[in-house]
Amino acid sequence: MKEVPHPPKWINPLLERVCKPELLEEIEGDLLEYYYLWVERYGTAKANRLYVIHTLKFLRPFALKKSRSKTTNHFAMFRNYLKTAYRSMARNRLFTTINVMGLAVSMSVGLMMIAFVWDLRSYDNFHENKDRIYRVNTINHPDNGPIMTLASSSAKAGYKIRESISGIDDLTIIRRNFGGDAQIGEKKVPLQGLWADHSFLKVFTFPLLQGDPATALKEPYSLVLTEKGAERLFGETDVLGETVRFDTLDYMVTGIMKDTPKFSHLQFEALVSFSTFELQGSESDHDFFGWKSFYNNYTYLLLSENMTLQTLQANLDRLSEVENAAIENQEINLSIQPLHQIFVGHSLVNEIGPRISIVAIWVLIGLTVIVILSACFNYTNLSIARSMRRSREVGIRKVIGAQRRQVIGQFVAESVLISLFAFVFSFLLFLTLREQFVSIHPFIAHLVSLELSGTLIIYFVTLAVLIGLMAGIFPALFFSRIKALQVLKGVSSLRLFQRINMRKSLIVIQYTFSLIFITSTVIVYAQYKNFVSFDLGFSTENILNIKLQGNKAELLIKELSALPAVSKISQSQLISSLGVGNSAQLKYRDPNDSSSVWKNVVDEHYLPMHGHKFLAGKNFTHKSEHTQQDEVIVNEQLIKQFGIGSLDPDHAIGEIVTLNGKKVTIIGVLKDFHYQTPQHAITPVAILNSANPGRYLNLKISTNDLPATLSSIEHIWKQIDDVHLLDAQFYDDQLAYTFSWLLMIIKVIGFIAFLAVCISSLGLFGMVVFTTETKLKEISIRKVLGAGERNLVYLLSKSYVTLLFVSALIALPVTYFFFDKIILTYFAYHQSIHLVELLAGLLGVLVIALIMIGSQTFSAARSNPAQTLRDE
Amino acid sequence: MRKTYIGELEEVILLTVAILQEEAYGVAIGLHMEQQLNRKLSISAIHATLHRLSKKGYVSSSMGGATAERGGRRKRYFKVTTAGCRVLNEIQDARNLLWSQVPSNALTT
Repeated sequence: MKEVPHPPKWINPLLERVCKPELLEEIEGDLLEYYYLWVERYGTAKANRLYVIHTLKFLRPFALKKSRSKTTNHFAMFRNYLKTAYRSMARNRLFTTINVMGLAVSMSVGLMMIAFVWDLRSYDNFHENKDRIYRVNTINHPDNGPIMTLASSSAKAGYKIRESISGIDDLTIIRRNFGGDAQIGEKKVPLQGLWADHSFLKVFTFPLLQGDPATALKEPYSLVLTEKGAERLFGETDVLGETVRFDTLDYMVTGIMKDTPKFSHLQFEALVSFSTFELQGSESDHDFFGWKSFYNNYTYLLLSENMTLQTLQANLDRLSEVENAAIENQEINLSIQPLHQIFVGHSLVNEIGPRISIVAIWVLIGLTVIVILSACFNYTNLSIARSMRRSREVGIRKVIGAQRRQVIGQFVAESVLISLFAFVFSFLLFLTLREQFVSIHPFIAHLVSLELSGTLIIYFVTLAVLIGLMAGIFPALFFSRIKALQVLKGVSSLRLFQRINMRKSLIVIQYTFSLIFITSTVIVYAQYKNFVSFDLGFSTENILNIKLQGNKAELLIKELSALPAVSKISQSQLISSLGVGNSAQLKYRDPNDSSSVWKNVVDEHYLPMHGHKFLAGKNFTHKSEHTQQDEVIVNEQLIKQFGIGSLDPDHAIGEIVTLNGKKVTIIGVLKDFHYQTPQHAITPVAILNSANPGRYLNLKISTNDLPATLSSIEHIWKQIDDVHLLDAQFYDDQLAYTFSWLLMIIKVIGFIAFLAVCISSLGLFGMVVFTTETKLKEISIRKVLGAGERNLVYLLSKSYVTLLFVSALIALPVTYFFFDKIILTYFAYHQSIHLVELLAGLLGVLVIALIMIGSQTFSAARSNPAQTLRDE
Repeated sequence: MRKTYIGELEEVILLTVAILQEEAYGVAIGLHMEQQLNRKLSISAIHATLHRLSKKGYVSSSMGGATAERGGRRKRYFKVTTAGCRVLNEIQDARNLLWSQVPSNALTT
């Protein structure tokens, strides 16, 4: 049986609420009759829509109920609210200042946060198909190792998906690390970019200014430059069809692209057709097309509109299953990641560009909310504490006929007003702080610009209003509950210190958070200091590391060693302890037990110059470039892990191990040192010898005139290489830079801690001023009766100091356990937390608080009782 | 305010009420105007106009009996009052007077 259509049900109650009851029946009747007519004419969907529209059209004066209140002069009332608000603000300058300052400061942090998150959220928003673009991630699960999720995927996966999986509109494969010296005529310019296939410009929205997007990346040796890249190479952008030479190969410029937007997770100056790599790559990387080479390629796909993620994932799983059947000891699965979760999302290995962790953002938002709440607490506390002064006003208003709602409205409006007032200051503060924030660390400057926009300003104002509501709602509820009769009978009947517990706990909460922040800052700073000056197991003092950038080492060494300031020179493939590493597969006797070790290649000067300690054996000796390299020096850990020489370094000498498939003899055992950063536990390291390791020169400098030495080094460099800039850094500076992210965190948390302390101190100050003011008579009487000044100060400040200690008792253990049990466990070689670090923050906060409490109570205690008690 | 002032929409609806006699209620008026004049009015506009007319005293209204067709809700029936009749006649007379003065060739198109 056919069902009778119903008009939407939700709209009728609305009508019933506002419509005159005597008209309601006919209106509803007529509407229903029309509704059936519409259903016949247009069908249910449109009829429903029409029903709602026509019902809403009845919201016109003739049909509406008359407003109950007969007083129509709302404007006058509103003006009165404004006036009383203004008067009460003007009368209590101190409290108004405290409130406005606290709110302004905390709000500016809020504004910063909004601008920051806004920028982060606008990443990759410019792609037309942004909602349908997904990246294929690889989940690698070796049998003897941990599961790892990588942002990259194998080229084979890309090809297979393109061939065999339906429901994908397009797919593009990218490879990173295209780079070299571009040669144009006689000029050489270093250029970095990506390899990308012909679908790249279809999947992503990177508009070409010149060239055909359909063919630009099709042929091998095609090159697409951004405007900036073209400008750098040619000095102009009208270069379509020009050739650029890399090494011995000519590339043709087939497209000029607009520069990549700042808010793009893909950043590049040049794109080279992927077909180029398909030609070359098979030569340089034999396993390039293999299922297991998933380290350097990225696959992005454009999902069809009617395809679901579940189906796609199921297809990917089937694909992985087939491929995994052909490999051993390892399982490789594919997963998909939406474009908008790439930049802000979970951490993946092998990310193609910078990204920011969603956890970090939530932590920052959390801190901001706490600071804002703290300022709101101040407002709440001070308003309720001073309730006596305004309760008469509320009493009178109620007697005249104010309803509870109106009183709430009045006080909320007042706090919103103050909040908007504070917004003006906070906006100016935001403009100044913005520069500071961006310059904390190059990473942040790279990440965001914090530019203002119309939408952003709307968010700002919304935040200001929200803060006003939050700060004002408790006082408003409190005032609206006041009984007119009670207040008007006499102030004495009003319990002056009611809600004292709520106020006390608000102060405790504020101080607890302030202490947690400040103590965390101190602890992290101590750890940072420790890491920067960490004993790595070798010496880094006065060592200048120079990146060779493809130049011949011999030539530079010859020139540099002539400098008197350069006492020793060594060569290495990489610099230890900076967080980069090369790994190799090492096997001892058991041919099936191969395991990953860290690897470095150095010349014979390296180990002595860096002060590495030999437990057994000896250093490499000089060999010519062409001798077979079959010697290795290992660290203690390697011997321990593989059980070489029954764990005795002396017995390990002469043992043969297989490193990356090559047999090498152990000739020395080093005392353990930090190949990775001190954040990680020491693991096995193998050091190979080469007369020409090729990446870095390490210079031991001993001079009194550093600038002169550096400039003569630069002079030598320029003579040998005029294409690249000299990249020379002191080892100690590089180590410090490795931990600069920690310094960045310290600066951010430190700043927030500083604000939190300021805001809670302001609040405390307000409360103390208020208490001493109201207790002035009590103090005077006590004084007349013989109480001493010290006694009075003690009496007045006792409760506040107790509150501080309660907060310290909560905050310090919480911070300690948080760091000791959670955060510091991520750092293998951290310093334990000292008592000094825990107490330093507390001491600082305590001193500030005591000065404030002391100054107020002391002056109150010294006041002349005769003046206060004169009119009693 | 001149008592005889009446808007064009009010005039048309007043006439429709007169035409429909015993059957003059909101929906019927709306449908009649739609069929005869091809003029679609929203139901709320009709109600509002009828409300104005009854305030001016040109229509009176009474509730009818309950019917099943509209969820048991009653209809409000309208009737043209004497004052309503007079005002319609006045308008008609005024128009006739003016029409009779228009020269015969003035409105040929």
